[in-house]
Amino acid sequence: MRSSEPLTRKRLLAWTLALGATLALSVLMGVGWGTGSLSLVDLMPGGTPLSEQARAVFFDVRLPRVLAAAVLGGALTVAGVVFQALLRNPLADPYVLGVSGGASIGGVLALLFGFGGAASLLGGLAVPSFAFLGALGALFLIEWVATVGGKLTVYTILLTGAIFNAFAAALIYFIQTIASLEQLHAIVFYLMGSVPLLGYRAVGFLAASCILATVALLSMARDYNALTIGEEGAAQLGVDVERIKRRTFVLGSLLTGLAVSVAGLIGFVGLVVPHLLRLLLGPDHRLLLPAAFLGGGAFLVLADLTARVAVAPGELPVGVVTALVGGPFFLFLLRRRGSRYDFA
Amino acid sequence: MTSPETRGVSLETEAVGFRYAGEPALEEVSLRVEPGEVVGLLGPNGSGKSTLIRILSGVLPRYEGSARVDGGEVRTARRKDLAAKLAVVPQETSFGFPFTVLQIVLMGRHPHLAGLAFETPQDVDLARAALDRCGAAHLENRTIQDLSSGERQRVVFARALAQEPRALLLDEPASFLDIRHQTELYDLVRELAVTDGTAVLTVLHDLNLAAEYCDRIYLLREGRVAAAGRTDEVFTYANLTTVFETEVYVDTNDLTGQLLVVPLSGRARRVLAEKKPS
Repeated sequence: MRSSEPLTRKRLLAWTLALGATLALSVLMGVGWGTGSLSLVDLMPGGTPLSEQARAVFFDVRLPRVLAAAVLGGALTVAGVVFQALLRNPLADPYVLGVSGGASIGGVLALLFGFGGAASLLGGLAVPSFAFLGALGALFLIEWVATVGGKLTVYTILLTGAIFNAFAAALIYFIQTIASLEQLHAIVFYLMGSVPLLGYRAVGFLAASCILATVALLSMARDYNALTIGEEGAAQLGVDVERIKRRTFVLGSLLTGLAVSVAGLIGFVGLVVPHLLRLLLGPDHRLLLPAAFLGGGAFLVLADLTARVAVAPGELPVGVVTALVGGPFFLFLLRRRGSRYDFA
Repeated sequence: MTSPETRGVSLETEAVGFRYAGEPALEEVSLRVEPGEVVGLLGPNGSGKSTLIRILSGVLPRYEGSARVDGGEVRTARRKDLAAKLAVVPQETSFGFPFTVLQIVLMGRHPHLAGLAFETPQDVDLARAALDRCGAAHLENRTIQDLSSGERQRVVFARALAQEPRALLLDEPASFLDIRHQTELYDLVRELAVTDGTAVLTVLHDLNLAAEYCDRIYLLREGRVAAAGRTDEVFTYANLTTVFETEVYVDTNDLTGQLLVVPLSGRARRVLAEKKPS
């Protein structure tokens, strides 16, 4: 099963099952381990019957949070993979195209207006809703600016995204200077990124949207392989390059927008996990995309678990964990594998 | 094996023009390549050769006039249909992610596969055979980034072969190849034209390679056809010195009877001037 061999259905299935099992195991660890008295042993058949309180911890807190982490990690990693393919740039991550900046502005504005509490507007979903509106706004704006003569130019999207993110950062600093101390704390914590506690309905909606987007992106997997040799080369192999670019930009941005809306800016998942998976599985996107969803999910579940238990009873923002682990790891990868990429 | 009449498809342009940001790159270029023909496209830098190749390959749809592959207008053709008939070998390709040689060659099957479909064992056999024909079978499991430019170019040519093209567009495919591999590549091109009836339009700079391998030549100058016809009709002293704006020495290759063209260095030009009776 060398990564150099052509991809077969069998190999795809084997890896998907293996990574699916890894994700399932991570989820089990995530729900079984925590600061409360509940442990995995209690969940096994024949264990001590769960107390009312333990049941509540399990079903109302840990399980939905772990499931949300799995979906968010998957979404961010898939977005990272397709943006790296679209931009032909191994350093691209889900946040590079500016949608995250729009989402942050929306979320921060909601916090500034005091919609942050669970008791407020939309039952705690005000911040994600505002953030998602911000993401959509940024998406339309960037697509409009970057479309020149009916074509979406990759360098223009990249530049527009970078400038929009800088603008968003400046706007957020401005908001932070006029916010109250209490609001400031909420804003800073939101931006650092953490896996939220959502209801099952919200997690279900998030999962369904992200899986749909991933499947739609997967349908273009062979086109991403061809895009490796450049837009013109891909076009000469029969790829409808403009359509692929536009769909990828929109779907990848939607995934990012959804993730940032509910979780803030969880860094490094969408940058490091795609590279890790490429090392393991080779660059074929037909395998890489399903693997990204499952492997990214497992990564964030474990990172969130670490965030919960590392400084118990306190809690780290998960973005801190992913960056602390991801940063050095990425440098290590770059040192070892940097020369393997060739985007002239 | 199918006969040349059924396998190859024609390439033609009729009064094709193209502008880059208003600047004309091609004007009123008409040419035709029949199935089974190897036609050379020559001219100085910036004369529009690559632009013409790109127009025929479908990546520059905003051209004036008409460009047709197998009788169908390129501008309105579906990308995949075009790629199923026509393969392009560019001068140089940059490869992003570290795919292996076999995976790169299998990309040539892209236009023949539907949706997410996996390459079948037949596709893999075809890709291996293509690599073998290009003398690159031993590179199969190497990572593309680790190869030399000449080796990469042979892999790209193998990818074009795996596309099972009925017409080939070559844009200086041999510029990074040593003389042995140049000859082998063009031998293969001729073989494809003769046995499969593939129509070949190739850009090249080497006038002697052109004389040896091309049935006909189009000489481009400043975006227009300056001369066209059989190699011996086109490669005259007058045509070559006018189009390339430099001195050349034209003779006959005693072994093949083909033209032999040597560009003259500044030193050689001075020698020539001294020999000429004043």
